[in-house]
Order: sequence, then structure tokens, then C-alpha cells
Amino acid sequence: MSSQPQPAVTPQLKRTPLHRLHAELGARFVPFAGYEMPLSFPAGILKEHLHTRVAAGLFDVSHMGQLAIFPRARDMADAARGLESLSPADVLDLPTGRQRYALLTNAAGGILDDLMIARLAERFMLVVNASRKEVDEAHLRAAIAEHCSVERLDDRALLALQGPLAEAVLARLSPEVAAMRFMEVRTLSLLGVECLVTRSGYTGEDGFEISVPESHAEPLARTLLSDDNVAPVGLGARDSLRLEAGLCLYGADLDTQTTPVEANLEWAIAKARRAGGARAGGFPGADVIDSQLAQGASRRRVGLRSRERTPVRGGSPLFEGAGSETPLGQVTSGGFGPSVNGPVAMGYVAQRAANPGRVLFADVRGRRVPVEVTALPFVQQRYKRRQ
Amino acid sequence: MLKFTSDHEWLRIDGDTATIGITAYAQEQLGDLVFVELPQPGRKLERGAAAAVVESVKAASDVYSPISGEVVEVNEGVVGEPGVVNADPMGKGWLFKLRVADRSEIETLMDETAYRALTG
Repeated sequence: MSSQPQPAVTPQLKRTPLHRLHAELGARFVPFAGYEMPLSFPAGILKEHLHTRVAAGLFDVSHMGQLAIFPRARDMADAARGLESLSPADVLDLPTGRQRYALLTNAAGGILDDLMIARLAERFMLVVNASRKEVDEAHLRAAIAEHCSVERLDDRALLALQGPLAEAVLARLSPEVAAMRFMEVRTLSLLGVECLVTRSGYTGEDGFEISVPESHAEPLARTLLSDDNVAPVGLGARDSLRLEAGLCLYGADLDTQTTPVEANLEWAIAKARRAGGARAGGFPGADVIDSQLAQGASRRRVGLRSRERTPVRGGSPLFEGAGSETPLGQVTSGGFGPSVNGPVAMGYVAQRAANPGRVLFADVRGRRVPVEVTALPFVQQRYKRRQ
Repeated sequence: MLKFTSDHEWLRIDGDTATIGITAYAQEQLGDLVFVELPQPGRKLERGAAAAVVESVKAASDVYSPISGEVVEVNEGVVGEPGVVNADPMGKGWLFKLRVADRSEIETLMDETAYRALTG
């Protein structure tokens, strides 16, 4: 059979503070965004995925970028305005102790990165994609360095604890996590060490992301793993979990040539920042995005359900008919969804074909496989929102 | 007689019929399989041709035919339960059977000792 691409594990690959622990747990490593990361542990991708949806999975996401934005004049409104100059998000009215999903845009309305912005008392904390963190940092500095200091927190690890039992597990270390709502952020003491904790994640499940000083990452991870309900989970299951949850992966589903409207992420464009809003525009590509909000975009991101057992993978062209010659779209992410027990995929299709129920055809190894356009997510999201 | 290829397929000869699958090493490298695509019975395969596809959560891999022959039977059981290939790759996880076209091709394949040396 064709050999799997063997990861070139070179000394140049970076390692997270949990690398030794991963090796001890029997991780299979792959290169990802310049890091040597666990793809899976001995349990395997299927079991790790399913475990996360019934119990709690622990993910090492320390490869992602953590940035602190401090307003130089100590006025948080300065920093908020700085961030709003780069994003269609509402940052000025983001309450302290809350986090928001946001997009950094370019002059063509394309997406430079998707990220989380959390507001603390005296700074904003950003979590950005590993593959974009250098670009993002430079971009931020160039735009807001006059009024803000931009610090990359290279001495911190980032752990994600996700699943219906995540709260019970973490509450043993800090009972007040039970009071946190989805997208809330708090500074908490875990094992005597100050950590920044948000109630959020990338799986569609309830869960927490924990920013911890790198020297304490391993003890914290070991303590969490000592709970029978917690299993280590690698990037393989992280991808299948987020795909089932309908969440985008930058570099696959989002890139600099995709607008938020095409990506079906209009909800990330705050009302206040749209044409007619209180702080309309003022971010790169505002004209393009406003125009698409008004008139629609020529293509849309949709869910795709293969009507056969055949998985449909990213890169496959999509056709209107089994015999059509010209594609009307492309699959951008695809694989197998263990929780739905079938193939799941996302892609972009011409606006006219972007209707749930519409059957299109993906080219898989030269054969046309029928796929049905479907709404996202594939599994119900179970965030702990305000009652 | 049991033979192997450097692409991690195994071949068991019984008279005129060769049963083919992927090795324990291969299934371990691939991880949990979620989908298997088998050749159509009646199809004539050249040695080295892409005969089947096994897919894990992450990726698809081709399975090549170690010898030339005509597909006489496929293991429908693994289509419904791809995990069987992981659990019993050399037994219940067999993929397809060929009527051998050229016995001399079999001699050029690795025996078990040589294959073990390859996979360490």
C-alpha cells in the first residue's frame, strides 16, 4: 500500500512544554506549524474523539500563539480601538471577563486569521492560530504599536479540557469554574499557580482553555490526567471533533482570499461595525464586506454529507451533476466523523447551489460521489450559555 | 505459503488462489480504519496496480496488488466493519482473492523472515 508520509522529525521542529509527557504517554508525533505535535495516543483517533464527547479530553494546544495587548496610556479604550482598526469585531463594548471570536481582515475583505479576544482588567489576551502567529504579531505591531504594546507570551502553555465532564474535573482544582459561562474568562489558581481560564474550545462540547506558565504545564496536565475521566487527545481527533462541530480551520476553510460572508461567518461581523452601525467600517476590507452583506457573496461555505460511505476529502472538486465538466465548488475540509459514524465535510459552492438538501458530486479518485449540502454543525453544540 | 511486499501487503497462496491483505504493521501505521473500498470481482489486475483503498480518519491509502490475476472474491465483511482489518489484518481482515495469472511472480515476493527484517 502507499506509504504514509513519514514525518521528517528534524531537530528544527519546536516542542511544547508537554512534549516529554506526550512521549511518555506513547504519542505518535507529526509536524504541525513548525512543532512536533501528538497526532494521536495509543487509544487512537476514533477512541480519543468519542471519549471527548462523553467524558473529558485533554489537548495540548501550546503551539498556538498567545498575545497580550497592553494600552500604553493604560486606557483600555485605546487598545480596543486599535483592535477594531484591524477587525470587524465589537471590542470596545466587550465586557471585562468576556471573550469573543474575531477575524483579522485584509484590504480585499479576506481573512488573515481567526482568533479569540479576551478582555481582562488591564489588557486584552489574544489566542491565534499556530500557523499565523508570526504574521499576526507583525501585523498587530505595525498597526497599533504606537498606542499598544504587543507581547507574545512564549513562556506559557495552553491546555484545552473539553467534554461534558470537563467542569466536574476542573472544579476539583477550582470550584468556581462551575459558575463560569460560555466565553467567560477568569484568572484562577490551579495547583497554587495563577492561570488564565476561558470557558470555550474547538470541539463543540463544553470545556475550558487554560493558559498556564510553562514550568507548571506538566504538573497540571498530569493532575488532570490522573482523573479517570480524562484522556489525552491528539491533533487527529481535534480535527475530527471541530469538523463535526462545523468549525473552520484556518488554512483549510479560511484563507486570505476568503471573506467572512463567503465563509458563513457574518455573525463575527458586529452590528456596530456594519454600514449604518455606531462604529461602521474602519477595518480593512470594510467596503467589500459591507457590499457582500448587502448583496450576498458569489460562493458560500456549506456542510457536505457524503451519500455513500466514501469519505470526501479537502481538495476534491464539486460538480453540479455526475457528468458536469466544470466544478462549481471545492471541498475544503473532509474526513470521517466518529460521532455521526459517517463521512463529514465542508466546502465552498456557488451561491445558487448552497441550499441544504441539494445534491452535488465530489470527485473522489476519478469517480463522482454524491454529496448532500447540509447545514452545520453535524453534531449539536453543547456550550454552557446563560440560562 | 505466505509472502509479503515492501508496501506492506501479504499474500497467502492456496492452489490457484491468492488471498491478499495488509499487514499488522500497515494497520498499525494507518490507525483506526473507517472505510475500505474493494475491487470488483472479475476485474483483471496487473501486478503493482492500485487494487483497493483503505481509509483512516485522516487519510486514504492505496493497496497495490502484489501479483497479476483476476479478482474472484472480495471480503464484503470489512466494508461494513473496517475495524476488522485493524483487529485481524492477517485473518478475518483479508481484502480480496485473485486467481493467479503467473506463478513466477510469486517467487519474487518476500518471505516472512525478509519482511520482518524490513519492518524491524
